[in-house]
Amino acid sequence: MREETLIPKVGVVTDIRQDTPDVKTFRVVGLDGKKVFEHIPGQCAMLSVPGVGEGMFSITSSPTNTEFMEFSIKKCGCLTSWLHMMEVGQQITIRGPYGNGFPVESALKGKDLLFIAGGIGLAPLRSVINYVRDKKENYGSVHIIYGSRSMDDLVDYKEIIDEWCNDAGVKVDLTIDRPQEGWDGHVGFIPSFVEELSPDLSRTVLICGPPIMIKFTLDGLKKLGFEESQVYTTMELRMKCAIGKCGRCNIGNKYVCKDGPVFRFDQLAELPDEY
Amino acid sequence: MKKISIDRLNELFAAIAASKALYMPVDDGKNGAKYSKWSEGTEYSKAANTKRSAKDFFFPQVEDMAEFNVNGKEIEIIDTREECEEFVVFGVRACDAKSFEILDSVYLVDPVDSYYASRREHGIIMTMACNKPTDTCFCSAFGIDASNPMGDISCWMNDSDLLLSANTEKGQALLDSINILDEADDNAADDTKAAIKAILEKLPLFGLSTEGMKGKTLMEVFNSDKWAELSESCLGCGTCTFVCPTCQCYDIRDYDTGHGVMRYRCWDSCMYSDFTLCAHGNTRTTQLQRFRQRFMHKLVYYPENNGGVFGCVGCGRCLRSCPISMNIVKVMKTLEG
Repeated sequence: MREETLIPKVGVVTDIRQDTPDVKTFRVVGLDGKKVFEHIPGQCAMLSVPGVGEGMFSITSSPTNTEFMEFSIKKCGCLTSWLHMMEVGQQITIRGPYGNGFPVESALKGKDLLFIAGGIGLAPLRSVINYVRDKKENYGSVHIIYGSRSMDDLVDYKEIIDEWCNDAGVKVDLTIDRPQEGWDGHVGFIPSFVEELSPDLSRTVLICGPPIMIKFTLDGLKKLGFEESQVYTTMELRMKCAIGKCGRCNIGNKYVCKDGPVFRFDQLAELPDEY
Repeated sequence: MKKISIDRLNELFAAIAASKALYMPVDDGKNGAKYSKWSEGTEYSKAANTKRSAKDFFFPQVEDMAEFNVNGKEIEIIDTREECEEFVVFGVRACDAKSFEILDSVYLVDPVDSYYASRREHGIIMTMACNKPTDTCFCSAFGIDASNPMGDISCWMNDSDLLLSANTEKGQALLDSINILDEADDNAADDTKAAIKAILEKLPLFGLSTEGMKGKTLMEVFNSDKWAELSESCLGCGTCTFVCPTCQCYDIRDYDTGHGVMRYRCWDSCMYSDFTLCAHGNTRTTQLQRFRQRFMHKLVYYPENNGGVFGCVGCGRCLRSCPISMNIVKVMKTLEG
């Protein structure tokens, strides 16, 4: 019988980390205790709970992690609520990898990078950030601008403070939407924070977050002098097959699952605004 | 070319059915036809076409994909796929035969859809030239010749004989296996073809052209102000997508079988409001957007991705079944103007 990508494999949840009040990060391996498949930063996997549903999630761990994959998932619907109820040892199903991923071995190579993330939008970028940190020699400097509603909503806060902030060649700027006791960092929305920081125009930008944040941040970047062709984002639409056949995640003639989820803004500018 | 007298059609059907499951259009008693499995006594319908398309043979409305046994925290995945039986579909019209090529370029590109591929590999298509094309037919707009249908074996019927000509190895092997066929001249079907062509030229939609769609960019068509008027009365019932031979969108769902979970897929429709509904919102909230998506897919997106081939074969089923009489012909004409 022919190989069928729509038939998933069994994955085991070996660790669950409560990142924020509504985001948990799940560590997943195969039944043999090893990674289920290899991936490129920015690629996704279909996770499912039989009887509940299946959904596309970006793989938040870096491919340089040889032991397991991680998924940071926000509780916002039926399937994600079920995933949040899981205990360690629970089996789920997994298939992938899907999508194009970020061009870490081509267009991004040798570049100074600027990551801009809002809320759970850090999840797909974390894979690239840790990949680049592990392969420093191939990339220039890294600037990370990350913001969330509150201090408690910053995903991967411990990793950001303990690891990213202590990494030579990595500059981290954090912000939260409103003032909060115990927070002495920046307060304000990401788009205006980015404009204030006025990052170096030579950087290649990777941006992910809520659609409204992406829209205003992109406007701000353009005002600063960034070109659409140097800004990448990663998209999320409803998906069923993840291989460009079920027909629902298209933006114009491109399927987000297969031709994306990573697009450059000059590519998106040529497509209908249906996302 | 081979031939057999039309008085002996049942002998031919029996010969095919001896080794393979045989399906063909049969009158449904409601002024139409539907594909049915042939058995002794089944009568082949001469209706212009079946109400439902022939896509069901390769892309059924509902099919099981895999089964899950859930036991506490453990999951067992059972591959429920079975080897497909050999089958023959007789009487497929030229439009429906072309629709398989359109489905192929979705399902047979990497990663291949094994469910679809297995049925395609095990199915033999015997097409039938359209002796009586109707006033809802417009296959010629898409370069399809109703007098010369493709498939594994092409057939023509005249007053005395059924003529058969193989186009593929699979078709040739089937013809070779039937020993009741007589030899016919290679031009034996020419009169029938000419008669059909004469009818086609008189059909009301014969002059329909795709030229108006060419030379326009994707964004020009998408941003046309005509979509509001075109979609205004669309009910979003999805009938057009279900009768359409080239509509291939599907949903994947699970159901509790009582002793496990069966994952199945079923036809879905871009005309439905929950088609693109995510936990965080919906990218197509209006019927205008959903209506535009369907026709942009057939007339712009699919051609962009497939070397200019349109995602419509002009079978006319949507013209006959839409409750508000909206259809792709009106869309093409309006966009052209």
